[in-house]
Amino acid sequence: MTGHHQTLALVLFSAFVAVTLGITTWVSRKRHGSAEEFYAGGRLFSPMENGFAIAGDYMSAASFLGVTGLIALFGYDGLLYVVGFLVAWLVVLFLVAELVRNCGRFTLADVIAARMTERPVRIAVGTSSVTVSVLYLVAQMVGAGSLVALLLGRTSEAAQAWTVIGVGALMVIYVSLGGMRATTWIQIVKAVLLLSGTVALTVLVLLHFHGDIDRLLFTAAERSGHGKAFLAPGLKYGGSWSARLDFISLGLALVLGTAGLPHILSRFYTVPTARAARRSAVWSIGLIGSFYLMTIVLGFGAAALVGPDAVRASNASGNTAVPLLALDLGGGAGSTGGTVLFAIVAAVAFATILAVVAGITLASSASVAHDLYATLRRPHARHRGEVAVARTAAVGIGVVAIALGLLARDMNVAFLVGLAFAVAASANLPVLLYSLFWRNFTTRGAVWAVYGGLVPALALVVLSPVVSGSPGALFPGVDFQYFPLQNPGIVSVPLGFLAGWLGTVTSDEVPDEARHAETEVRSLTGAGAV
Amino acid sequence: MQSSNGRHRDGGGGSESSSGRHEDQGEYGTASREVRYEDPWYDALASGWGEPDGTGGPAPAVPGARAGREEAAVRARDVYLEVQRSAAFQEVRSRYRRFVVPGVAIFLTWYVGYVVTATTAPGLMARPVAGAVNVAMVAGLGQFLTTFLLTWAYARHARLRRDRAALELRWDTQELTRGARGGVS
Repeated sequence: MTGHHQTLALVLFSAFVAVTLGITTWVSRKRHGSAEEFYAGGRLFSPMENGFAIAGDYMSAASFLGVTGLIALFGYDGLLYVVGFLVAWLVVLFLVAELVRNCGRFTLADVIAARMTERPVRIAVGTSSVTVSVLYLVAQMVGAGSLVALLLGRTSEAAQAWTVIGVGALMVIYVSLGGMRATTWIQIVKAVLLLSGTVALTVLVLLHFHGDIDRLLFTAAERSGHGKAFLAPGLKYGGSWSARLDFISLGLALVLGTAGLPHILSRFYTVPTARAARRSAVWSIGLIGSFYLMTIVLGFGAAALVGPDAVRASNASGNTAVPLLALDLGGGAGSTGGTVLFAIVAAVAFATILAVVAGITLASSASVAHDLYATLRRPHARHRGEVAVARTAAVGIGVVAIALGLLARDMNVAFLVGLAFAVAASANLPVLLYSLFWRNFTTRGAVWAVYGGLVPALALVVLSPVVSGSPGALFPGVDFQYFPLQNPGIVSVPLGFLAGWLGTVTSDEVPDEARHAETEVRSLTGAGAV
Repeated sequence: MQSSNGRHRDGGGGSESSSGRHEDQGEYGTASREVRYEDPWYDALASGWGEPDGTGGPAPAVPGARAGREEAAVRARDVYLEVQRSAAFQEVRSRYRRFVVPGVAIFLTWYVGYVVTATTAPGLMARPVAGAVNVAMVAGLGQFLTTFLLTWAYARHARLRRDRAALELRWDTQELTRGARGGVS
């Protein structure tokens, strides 16, 4: 990779940063400083705008670069990820989007606390939301560090560290100055950029094969060295039973986790009504589905045109498959077309990471300020505005994410994302579904559901081969591995549901019929929604 | 729809007032009866729908209002129970459930079945269908197709079978709650 790519990529990326900072200052000049404005962007976005923003929030670098890389290296097994990411949206659309929009204000805890004793529920849900957000954030930061350094050709430790710090600083600026309104516009710009880049590359791949998908697949299979096995499942997750079980566990976490991701849920509060929330979910399913269909073409295209060996040589986990494909499609290294395409893809990847990171930071600062601070602060402490607390929290979360991102620099990005989804599915989804649909659900059930999912999910990870006892582990030197799977979802998600049920049947609290009626009427009709 | 927004944009007050409301809830902590009346939902209603009054929620500092508000809130609680028991609401709810429960059952079974088959029976999935396309490809693209179809079906069902009735219920409920709290704001 020559200096030309990098200069052009840097110029394009600086342009993106300039535009987004412009958006942030423009938005913050007009801000009113209310919680409504900071957390929900004034709630006046149109369904289409919010659909693009949701898509922007969801299509992370992990899918654009990670999944295409997995397809390029392992063929069909990479495609399994994509299916899970998409089908998860049906859970969001059917069970969550409208109801949450109708009976919440800013955060997930609002929905649950409305029916329960406020304090313990807010603390529990706030804690798990922040945990999920921080895990997801660290995954994106680690991805940013390694990727950006790689794309810029500077793989030195210092360059990587400075990238992580730079990304962290930018996201804090976006969030603490611009709030939800700026974050939403950044997501929209990023979604449009990412989708245009993907469409352009897909068209080029299809043109290269004269629109013949069969030939594309055959060439990919041939080039991979696996033959037809490349087009069937089993290359990555075949083999031992624990590997297969691991994949089922991941599949479960992916499909159930999306509906518990705080930064996705908070997006539904930026539109005026439940109907608009539904329509924005429909928009985002359309956009995300088309995006993932194109990443499949890009993944197989990279396998066919670049070849798995070249992909692996550049990055062992395949993260650079798409940039390499762009270089190839443009005419190869050294050609103008290749340089331009590579630079564009690199800039889009930067933009993707920055936007996703900003969205998560906003959601977690909302959880800290709106749920944890408002509940835990000493009653007679100096009175401070919640939005001011949220802005400070964004800075604090930025610092924590930068520190963890630097510590976890060598961890696998896809694993961290899968872990965030598993924790979201175990800790956030059971409590949300129970409080929306179960008449007899009680406060104790809610608290148990959250901790009963959160604690096992985290504990199983600590005991898993990811942390110790295997060559690629975080601490390869020691061995306290007792749980064979990398992803805890298959155990911790049922545990979360079980704990919620147990807590409810063992508590002597009489469920408040009127408040259940209120939640139900509100969630389905939108009466009294803000 | 817009009015709800309008109220909040105009009457939402500064960050101070909104945080104040939440901190109130935190202070009371346990499920004392007061907590319920400090609920943000009630605030939204108490200040009157679509009437930007500029105060941003009730003024908890006024001691005289407390008793009246408690009574009003009790009546407002009854409103929701009443609406929940009404035939119109039960119809909306059962329409929602009749679509969503089978829908969720279908796509979750189909997805879990797909993942389990892919991991346990790769031989079956590798069986060729046409050209380079095998069973696994067809199943994967089938997941995309069913997701799009179910999305379309859900949106259509909600638009045609629920939206109008839900909107009417919404206004009725809000009229009733406002009536129940009459004169408070």
